[in-house]
Amino acid sequence: MSEIDVGVVAEQIAESDQISEPSGAPELGRPRRRKEDGRLLTGRTRWTDNLSRPGLLYVTFLRSPMAHARITRVDVSGAIGLPGVVAAFSGRDFADEQGSLPCGWPVSEDIVIPDHPPMAVSEVRYVGEAVACVVATDRYRAADALEAIDVEYEPLPAVVDMREALSPDSPKVHPEGNKAFSVKIESGDVEAAFRDAPVVIDRTYVQQRLIPTAMEPRAVMAETDGDSYTVWSATQIPHILRVMLAVITGIPEHKIRVIAPDVGGGFGSKLQVTAEEVLCLLLARRLGKPVKWTESRSEGNMTVHHGRDQIQHVRLAADADGRIRGLRVDLLADMGAYLMLVTPGVPLLGAALFNAIYKMDAYEFGCTGVFTTKMPTDAYRGAGRPEATFAIERTMDELAAELGLDPMEVRRRNWIRHDEFPYTTVSGLTYDSGNYEAATDRAMALFGYDKLRAEQADRRDRGDPVQLGIGVSTYTEMCGLAPSRLLGEARYAVGGWEHGSVRMLPTGKVEVITGTSPHGQGHVTSWSQIVSDALGVPFDDVTVLHGDTAVAHKGMDTYGSRSLVVGGVAVLKACEKVKEKARRLAAHLLECSPDDLEFHAGAFQVKGTEQRKTIQELAYAAFTAHDLPEGAEARLDSDATFDPENYSFPHGTHLCAVEVDTETGMVKIRSYVAVDDVGRVVNPLIVEGQVHGGIAQGVAQALFEEAVYDADGNLLTTTMADYLLPSAADLPAFVTDRTETPATSNPLGVKGVGEAGTIASTPAVVNAVVDALRPFGVADVRMPCTPERVWRALEGAGR
Amino acid sequence: MIPAQFDYVRPGSLAEACAELAADEDAKVLAGGQSLLPLLRLRLAYPSKLVDVGRLPELSGVHDRGDHVYIGAMTTHDEVIRSAVVTEGCPLLALATATVADPAVRHRGTLGGSLAHADPAGDLPAVVLALDGVLVAGSEEGEREIPAAEFFVDYLETALRPGEVLAGVKIPKLGPGWGFHYEKFHRTAQAWAIVGVAAAVRRADGAIAEARIGLTNMGATPLRAAAAESALRGAELGDQVRQACEMADEGTSPPADLHAQPDYRRHLARVLTRRAVLAAAGSP
Ligand SMILES: Cc1cc2nc3c(=O)[nH]c(=O)nc-3n(C[C@H](O)[C@H](O)[C@H](O)COP(=O)(O)OP(=O)(O)OC[C@H]3O[C@@H](n4cnc5c(N)ncnc54)[C@H](O)[C@@H]3O)c2cc1C
Repeated sequence: MSEIDVGVVAEQIAESDQISEPSGAPELGRPRRRKEDGRLLTGRTRWTDNLSRPGLLYVTFLRSPMAHARITRVDVSGAIGLPGVVAAFSGRDFADEQGSLPCGWPVSEDIVIPDHPPMAVSEVRYVGEAVACVVATDRYRAADALEAIDVEYEPLPAVVDMREALSPDSPKVHPEGNKAFSVKIESGDVEAAFRDAPVVIDRTYVQQRLIPTAMEPRAVMAETDGDSYTVWSATQIPHILRVMLAVITGIPEHKIRVIAPDVGGGFGSKLQVTAEEVLCLLLARRLGKPVKWTESRSEGNMTVHHGRDQIQHVRLAADADGRIRGLRVDLLADMGAYLMLVTPGVPLLGAALFNAIYKMDAYEFGCTGVFTTKMPTDAYRGAGRPEATFAIERTMDELAAELGLDPMEVRRRNWIRHDEFPYTTVSGLTYDSGNYEAATDRAMALFGYDKLRAEQADRRDRGDPVQLGIGVSTYTEMCGLAPSRLLGEARYAVGGWEHGSVRMLPTGKVEVITGTSPHGQGHVTSWSQIVSDALGVPFDDVTVLHGDTAVAHKGMDTYGSRSLVVGGVAVLKACEKVKEKARRLAAHLLECSPDDLEFHAGAFQVKGTEQRKTIQELAYAAFTAHDLPEGAEARLDSDATFDPENYSFPHGTHLCAVEVDTETGMVKIRSYVAVDDVGRVVNPLIVEGQVHGGIAQGVAQALFEEAVYDADGNLLTTTMADYLLPSAADLPAFVTDRTETPATSNPLGVKGVGEAGTIASTPAVVNAVVDALRPFGVADVRMPCTPERVWRALEGAGR
Repeated sequence: MIPAQFDYVRPGSLAEACAELAADEDAKVLAGGQSLLPLLRLRLAYPSKLVDVGRLPELSGVHDRGDHVYIGAMTTHDEVIRSAVVTEGCPLLALATATVADPAVRHRGTLGGSLAHADPAGDLPAVVLALDGVLVAGSEEGEREIPAAEFFVDYLETALRPGEVLAGVKIPKLGPGWGFHYEKFHRTAQAWAIVGVAAAVRRADGAIAEARIGLTNMGATPLRAAAAESALRGAELGDQVRQACEMADEGTSPPADLHAQPDYRRHLARVLTRRAVLAAAGSP
C-alpha cells in the first residue's frame, strides 16, 4: 500500500463539497463540510501540547494523595540537583503572589467563597490538589523528580457525603462550615397547590458526579518577554482567562496575551481559570523562561473540574386528570472543596427550568451548595439544565404511571400549546417561540411508538427474559447566554454580549474576527456561511480568526450554546455595517444616491440600470482610497457587539427504546429518535454532529459514567478502565430530524444546539429503563443504570 | 503519566533474551506492551530494563502440529484471529480473542503476553485453561512444558521462573463433535470482562457428553467450573443443563470492584455458563 499523503487528503476533503453545489444558492441551511476538518483529521493541528518555544522547560505537579490534611512540611530540596531539574517549588514559595482562584458567580448574599490558592500552602482539601511542582528540561525528568519531594501531612477527616456534611457534627471542609450558600425562589401559592392535591409525586433523584473527559487533555504554555507574557492554553475562554490572570497575579492586563490554539473539546471543563494556568504564568515570570505543562489522563480525571453531583428532591402536585398544580424542588449541590469560576451558579442555571415546557400555578425552588473534600464541580455540557430536565421528565413519567396514563398524554395535557407563545412561565422566563406538538408528532411517527408499545405488551405477556422499555423526554432549555442585564441581576461577574468584526481585504477576500472561542463546534465554517450570504462573497473567500486576545481583542468566549446565537449574530451585525459603508462608497463611485442602489449577489446596482460595483471592487477602492466620499475613511470594515434581549429556547422530543436483559441486568438501546427544534439551521451537518455527540454524552450519564470516591475521599475512577465512556459500538444509529420554529429574539432566528442532545437524552434513556422494569415493581434505578444496579433493582423488588 | 527511567534491549535470539533476564533480576520481558506499558506509565512497576522479545522469530507464528496447534508467544491477537490454523484447530481461542479490546490493542497485544501477564480478567487465560493448553517456557537451561492448570499460580503470577521466557503454547485439537462459545459480559465494547465464560462442549444423542468450562474474572486466577463440568456430563439440553450450570460458581472467589460485587459475579457466572454451554451445543 502506498503512503497516504495528508496534504492531498486535506485538499480532497476541502474540495469534495465544491462539487454539485449550485452557485448563488444561499449558504444558510447548506450542509457544508467543515473548513476545519481537513487539518483536524489529518493531524496537522496546533494543540497546545504540540507547541514549543526555544529553551522550553516542563512543569509537573506533585498532587495530594489525601482528601483532607494539614500540610506540616514540604521539602523540595531532594528534587533540586537531580539531572535536568531547573527548579522545584512548594505552595509556600508562591504564597505571596499566587492569589486565589476566582469564583465569578457569587449567587447569594450568604455565599461563602473560601480562599483557593492555586498551589496548596497549609491544607489540602481534595485528592489531586497541587502541593509542589518541578520544572525540568524534559517531562520525564520532571516526573522523576516529583518522587524526591518530601511532604508531611497531618490527616484531617474526609467529608464525602453531602447529607452528612450538613449535619452539625460533621467535620468541616472550611472553618466557615460546609454550607456554601442557599437560595430560595418562590412563584405562586405553592401551599395552595399542594393542599388537597389529588396526586402528589414525591421522588428523590441522584445526579451522579461526572468527569467531562474532553478528548484533548489540558495543557498550558507560558512565556515572558521582558514585562509581557503570553499564555497558550487549551481553554474555552481566552478572553475571560486574560482578565482573570491579570486580576489574580497583578500583571497588567495589557501585558498578558492569551492564545487558545486548536482546542480539542471542552464540554465546559475548559470554561475555567485553573491552578495550572496561574502557576505556569508565575513560573515563567519567576524563571524568565518558557514553561509548559500537559496533564495525563489520570491526572485530568482527578483535577479537571467535575460535573453534575446533585441530590434532587422533587414534589409535584397534580389534579386527577394529570394537570400539574405545583412543583417543589429542593437541591443539594456538591460544590467539592472550593468554588471555582461558576461552581455555585451551575445548579441555579437549572432553577428556572424544572417547570420545563409545562404550565403550572406555583413553583418553589431551593438549593443548598455543600462543600466536600472532593474535586470542585463546575459547568459540564448543559450545566444545570440537564439536571433540571432529568428531574421533571422522570417525574412526569412517574405521574403518568401513577394515573395509568400514557407518558406522552400526560405531557400533552400540560405543555404550552404552540398558539400560546410568547409564554411567560411560572419561573419567570418568557419563551419566545416553540411548537412542542409538531416536534412530538414527528418523533412519534419516526419512532413507531404504537408498534413498540404492542411489542412491549407482547414481551410482558410472554414473560420474555428480555423486556422492552420505552422512554419519553420532551425538553426545552435556555441558550444564548446571555442578556447582560439578566446576568447582572443573577450576580454573574461579567456580561453576556459577544463581539465580531469583519474586514474586506484589498483583494476582496474577507477576514472575520470573532470573540467566540470554538473548540470543536466549527465556527469557522458557520461564520463563513453567515458572512457569505450577508456580503455576497464566496464561502471560500472568508477566513475566521479567533482565540487569540491579540487578534480578537474583545470576546466572551464559548459556552452555554451561546456562540451562534450571540456571536454569530454579532458577525452578522458587523457585516451589515460593512455593507452600509460599501453602499455609500458605491453611491459615490456610481454617482447616485445610496437609496438608488440594490444589493444583490455581492454587488450594488443602480436600480433599473446595468451599472454596478461588486463588493470586491469596493474593497479595492477603499484600499487605494483614490476616490472616497467626503469624510470617509480608507477602510471597508466594521465591528459590532450583540447583547441579546432574551435567552433562546430550543426544544424537542426524544424517544428511546431499550431492551433490558432481566437475567443479567444489561441494558441495550434498541432505537433512538430525536426531533429537535433549534430554530433556523445555518449548517445541518454541524447541527447533526452536535446532536449525535450530545445524545451520546447524555446516554453516557444514563448508562455508563460515574466518578466514584471512596469513604476516604480517594477517587476510584482515575483511568478509562474504571470510568467507562461508551463508543460508537455501544450506541445505536440515532434517527434525527428537526422542526424549525425560528427564534424571535435574534435576527438569524437561531436558538443554539450545543447542549440539546445531552439535556434530552438522559431522561429518555432512564425513563425507558424504568418503563421496562415497572411491571416487576421497580420505580427507579439510580444512574448510571449499570447491569448490576438493574439486577439489584429487580432482586430488591422481589421480581 | 510517564514511566520512570529504564534500559531497553532487543536481543536477537531467545537464548540472548534469557541471558539478559538471568543477568538482571529487575529486568522484564516486553511483548506487545499493552499491559506492561500502562503499568509503567502509572508508575506501578519500575523495571530496570525491558527485554523486547516482540520480534524474535522463534516466538512467532502459528503452526499446525497434527494433534495440536502451536502458537508462538509473540503472535498478536490480530494474527490469532486471522489464522486459519487457529479457527480450524482451536476456534474457541479465535472467538475469545476477537472480544479483546479494540483493533489497535489487538494489533500489538500478544497471546504470550496475555498468558504471562496472567490477569484473571483477561479473556485468554480461561480459554487456554479450558482447552488444557500446555505452555512452553524457554530459559538458558532449555525448554520446559507447563500444563495450563499449573501455570496460573495467583493474581498476575505464573509458574514461570526468573530468567524464563514464555516461548509458546500448545493447544490440543478437539475432535469432531465439539462446539465452542465464549460468552463475555462487559459494559462497553472495549471494556474488560466483568465475567467471561469459555465453553467447549461435545454433544451426543441430544445431551452433553462432555463439557469444559473456563471462567474469566471469577477469582485470582482463571478457573475451571469443575462442578458444573461434571454435572453437565450426560445432561439433557433444557432443565438438566440449567441445573448443572447453577453450579458454575462453585469453588470460585470472585473479586469486588466498581463494576460488580462478588454475589452479582456469581449470579452472572451461572447465567453466562448456561448461555455459553447452550450456544456451544448449538442450541441457544
Ligand atoms: C485498552 C486495553 C484494553 C484491553 N482489553 C482487554 C480485554 O478485553 N481482554 C483481554 O484479555 N486483554 C485486554 N487487554 C490486554 C491485552 O490483551 C494485552 O495485550 C495483554 O494482556 C498483554 O499482552 P502484551 O503482548 O501486550 O504483553 P506486555 O504488556 O508486553 O506484557 C505483559 C506482561 O507479561 C510479561 N511477558 C510478556 N511476554 C512474555 C513472555 N513471552 N515471557 C515471559 N513474560 C512475558 C511482561 O513482562 C509483562 O509483565 C487490553 C489492553 C488495553 C491496553
